Amino acid sequence: MNINATLLGQTIMFAMFVWFCMKFVWTPIIAGLEQRKKHIADGLAEAERGKLDLELAGKKAAEILREAKDKAGATIAGGESRANQLIEEAKVQANLERERILSGAKAEVEQEVFRAKEQLRTQVTEIALAGAAKILGREIDAKAHSDLLDKLVTEI
Amino acid sequence: MSSETITSSEYIKHHLQNLTLGKLPDGTLGFAHGAEQAKAMGFWSVNVDTLFVSFVLGALFLWMFNRVGRKMSTGVPSGLQNAVEWAVEFIDESVRGSFTAKNNMVAPLALTVFFWVFMMNLMDLVPVDYVPQLAHFLGLPHFKLVPSTDPNATFGMAIGVFLLVIFYSIKMKGFGGFVAELTLQPFGKWGAPVNLLLEGVNLIAKPISLALRLFGNMYAGEMIFILIALLPFWAQWPLSLPWAIFHILIVTLQAFIFMTLTIVYLDMAHQEHH
Repeated sequence: MNINATLLGQTIMFAMFVWFCMKFVWTPIIAGLEQRKKHIADGLAEAERGKLDLELAGKKAAEILREAKDKAGATIAGGESRANQLIEEAKVQANLERERILSGAKAEVEQEVFRAKEQLRTQVTEIALAGAAKILGREIDAKAHSDLLDKLVTEI
Repeated sequence: MSSETITSSEYIKHHLQNLTLGKLPDGTLGFAHGAEQAKAMGFWSVNVDTLFVSFVLGALFLWMFNRVGRKMSTGVPSGLQNAVEWAVEFIDESVRGSFTAKNNMVAPLALTVFFWVFMMNLMDLVPVDYVPQLAHFLGLPHFKLVPSTDPNATFGMAIGVFLLVIFYSIKMKGFGGFVAELTLQPFGKWGAPVNLLLEGVNLIAKPISLALRLFGNMYAGEMIFILIALLPFWAQWPLSLPWAIFHILIVTLQAFIFMTLTIVYLDMAHQEHH
């Protein structure tokens, strides 16, 4: 219980411990804590930025969507008017074609009628000749009476 | 009780005697047997148990904290690192609260003081007979496990703090400023002798109160454990258990007081006027 040199030993040990603590305990731990603080602060800032980015992206996405809708609407309207136009054009074309085919058919029919008439005429002439021959009972010289016959043909 | 043949007074004396290494009456170097021999050794002897235990505890604390410091991860802290960080931040907060000047040495000093004193005090909770009995088997006459019940240990630390107080007083205020602080207040320059007396007492009281408060508390606590150990075995635990639980508070509180006073004294040393 008496005071002795232990006192000095304890003081020296105390000084050494404090020095060691300052150099190899306090400094690294505080540095680590500071680093963590920075880490967390960075993380929070990053999160904040992320949130902002998200908000911006959302706005942008909405804008793009709206634009796309507008564009689609315009495209559909354009397509409709084009389709109408095409239909109109097709109608006009079809009409023209109809006219053309109709007139062609008419001409053909006329031609056919004409040809049939010709044929009929010649046949009638023959029949008339044959009839006349039978009626007259004698041979008619076709050559001698061709004038007459021609006249008949034209009459028919 | 370690033996049936010794008296209570011998038992108590035996437990309160440090393992003192010094010059024996016959001129050889050896351990003192009993208080008279230890006293006869004079100043140039050392309490081997105090130095050994306090070194082991201090080294254990520093090793543990240093290991955590080296493996410090900035991610999620785990287990020991979490506890160490909590302790460091607690000390840091305490220092920020009571130390106003700027000095990078004060916080590590406070950390060392707190944990070293805490661990030394904690040895008080080891049953009082274990270690002396073990020492007895090893052939050592005495062994006091609690360094803070040895005034050498507490005064040793208090002197360390006192030297720092004087060093920083002179460093911050200059030698003249320090002398002026001791002599020119509270009564002005014509009351210099009275001032010196008052301020001198004020200055000296710091390390003495620091050392004696810790020593007194721990010594008294240890004494009560020893007295309880003298009772019959069936009466021991109902007394020693509550006392040990209460002592956990004292152990922590005394360490905290020692640390806080160290910080406050150093803060006063850094201040121009107080």
